[in-house]
Amino acid sequence: MEAKSPFAKVVIHGLLVLGSVLFLFPLIWMVSTSVKPVSQTQEMPPRMFPYAEVMDAQDGQSYPAVFFRETPEEAEKLVALLERRGEEARIEVEVAGIVKEQRWVPATAIREPPVWRWENYISAITYKMEELGYIPFVRYGKNTLYIAILSVLGTVLSNALVAYGFARIMWPGRNVAFAVTIATMMIPFPVLMVPVYVIFKNLGWIGTPKPLWVPAFLGSAFNIFLLRQFFMSLPFELSDAAKIDGCSEFRIFRDVIMPLAKPALAVVALFNFMYVWNDFLGPLIYLTDQKTYTLAYGLQAYQSQHGGTPWPLVMAAASIVVLPVIIVFFLAQKTFIQGITVTGMKN
Amino acid sequence: MPPMPHSVPPKRPSGLTRVQKQDLRNAMLFISPWIVGFVGLMAYPIVMSIYYSLCDFSVLQAPQFVGAANYRELASDDVFRRAMSNTFVYAAAAIPLGIVLAFIIAMLLNTGVKGMAVYRTIFFLPSLVPAIAMGILWLWIFNGKSGILNYLVQSASRPVGWATLGLLLISPLFLAWFLGRSLGDDGKLCRWGALAGAVAGFGLVGLGWKVGWIGSLTTLELNPPSWLSDTFWVKPAFILMSLWGTGHAVVIYLAGLQNVPVHLYEAADLDGANWWEKTRNVTVPMMSPVILFNGIMAIIGTFNFFAIPFVMAPGGQPARSAYFLAVNLFDNAFLYLRMGYASAMAWILFLIVFLLTMLAMKLSEKHVHYGGS
Repeated sequence: MEAKSPFAKVVIHGLLVLGSVLFLFPLIWMVSTSVKPVSQTQEMPPRMFPYAEVMDAQDGQSYPAVFFRETPEEAEKLVALLERRGEEARIEVEVAGIVKEQRWVPATAIREPPVWRWENYISAITYKMEELGYIPFVRYGKNTLYIAILSVLGTVLSNALVAYGFARIMWPGRNVAFAVTIATMMIPFPVLMVPVYVIFKNLGWIGTPKPLWVPAFLGSAFNIFLLRQFFMSLPFELSDAAKIDGCSEFRIFRDVIMPLAKPALAVVALFNFMYVWNDFLGPLIYLTDQKTYTLAYGLQAYQSQHGGTPWPLVMAAASIVVLPVIIVFFLAQKTFIQGITVTGMKN
Repeated sequence: MPPMPHSVPPKRPSGLTRVQKQDLRNAMLFISPWIVGFVGLMAYPIVMSIYYSLCDFSVLQAPQFVGAANYRELASDDVFRRAMSNTFVYAAAAIPLGIVLAFIIAMLLNTGVKGMAVYRTIFFLPSLVPAIAMGILWLWIFNGKSGILNYLVQSASRPVGWATLGLLLISPLFLAWFLGRSLGDDGKLCRWGALAGAVAGFGLVGLGWKVGWIGSLTTLELNPPSWLSDTFWVKPAFILMSLWGTGHAVVIYLAGLQNVPVHLYEAADLDGANWWEKTRNVTVPMMSPVILFNGIMAIIGTFNFFAIPFVMAPGGQPARSAYFLAVNLFDNAFLYLRMGYASAMAWILFLIVFLLTMLAMKLSEKHVHYGGS
């Protein structure tokens, strides 16, 4: 349907812009919170963007706030900068709790805080580093990538093989076997959750990432279905010609079909990557040691440890988990949309 | 259907030709990963799940057969019943609202507007956000004290009040005009109707002023709840979040809309159908299989709704009003280590989803049109 009248066009654009604002706002709010100092996240009315901080001094006036570090070992604290003269600056420091004292300090001891606190991201990433002996986010990122790479590899390989067996070779009982495969999609995960856990427990895999990637090498009904549909659509003359040339079934699979199936394989790989990246229940069940956490799971631990107080850090951590997904989406947007369309329409 | 090689079906399985035997052997090699997966991670677990559901099983000790005791206990488990009703309430609101919202957005996108791909990307972005990040982000948005949502609700108080007032003023006018038009499509009647409506509108507002509630509209102060700690508002909060993630369905509906054959609309145009008639008689029937499929996927998704309530409402707080079936099941299995009980719960869950799916198919039988193009 084409919108004809200019009035209708304006209304449609208006509604879409309104909708876009509503859909984008939470994400923008996440990023905007992540670059604010804590104090600016608790204000009413809230402001969209961070602004330069000020501090009230004892004389009742507002002065710009700066970071002050007394000795190199000490943590930075926020103080009011009263004036700056050459290499020296006069600040008001809180001493022993409530008493405030004015002091001249060398200009090198103070640092003007950036308005946009991108350093929140560094704080979020390196938080708790001393206790653990590693940087949690880097560690979790590595764990996630390790599982994701193996899982994507396994998913593409196993499902392509199985789908080929269902699509390009004729064998007695094939249709029944395929129907059974499709029927397994109806079994909800909660039914399998307990017995599969018991299996992995008996194998001694609880606490290791194995339960999260080994099953990928055994195929999954949904991906088999998806790839089978695609393999069926490739002309069978290709296989026949290769067979006449004396190719084995496996060589036809590897040299003829796989190169042609790249778009479908990309969809399967992409969806699997997203699945692993977002998976929460799997790590929650199988990972017991904090060292082995994935990013999505680590994020939850991070949030619950903080009890949600320093929102800028929590939002920075959340942004770090969201960002790669969005980057992957933009890099492979076409494949993505195609994949969703195919999986949603062909029933 | 593409042509199949060797499409002669074997007459006697025992008497396969050499080529057929070779094909069978090859096929078994190709599907061997799935055979292992199917047996090891599907068939065997399903059987074991049935067995565990009849046992007292804590994982630490061997399962002890107790018959139907778990199922009997489920029937009288108040927490389970609570989780069940919560899940049904959530499903009954979130699924239809999600379908309608996604469908409306898809229809707007399908009008051939400029920048369709950009809008589509924007609507799709939120559904990319991992459930955990989504939960944490919305914890912050819903925050009772310094959450942005409550600030927005509060600052919308006055405009909402004035808009309601304006609507009150013009609605009799519009109603009268519409009535006049549908009665006789006669300009005179329309004008008189509108005049009468305007008088009625002002009369109504005057009356309202006298009584006092117009005054309270213009000084309206909306009092937003602290969403996630309010036993009633926690569910609307989750429903709102689910609508935010509806972009996935938008993409699917949009693709479906683009597949509706243009000649159907052209035929409708020839019959003089207006926009609403075309939507009702062409678009919705042609889209019905896609809507049904997505509806069923949404039912399955809702009954597996886990990560977000697990993070945002630990233990189903407040007062178990945000306790959903999947969370209840997880807690029984891995928190209380009642694996047998959890297995029984899983089968009840499966039964519910299965029955709902059947119901959806049955109810839509008359309204779903397959084929066409």
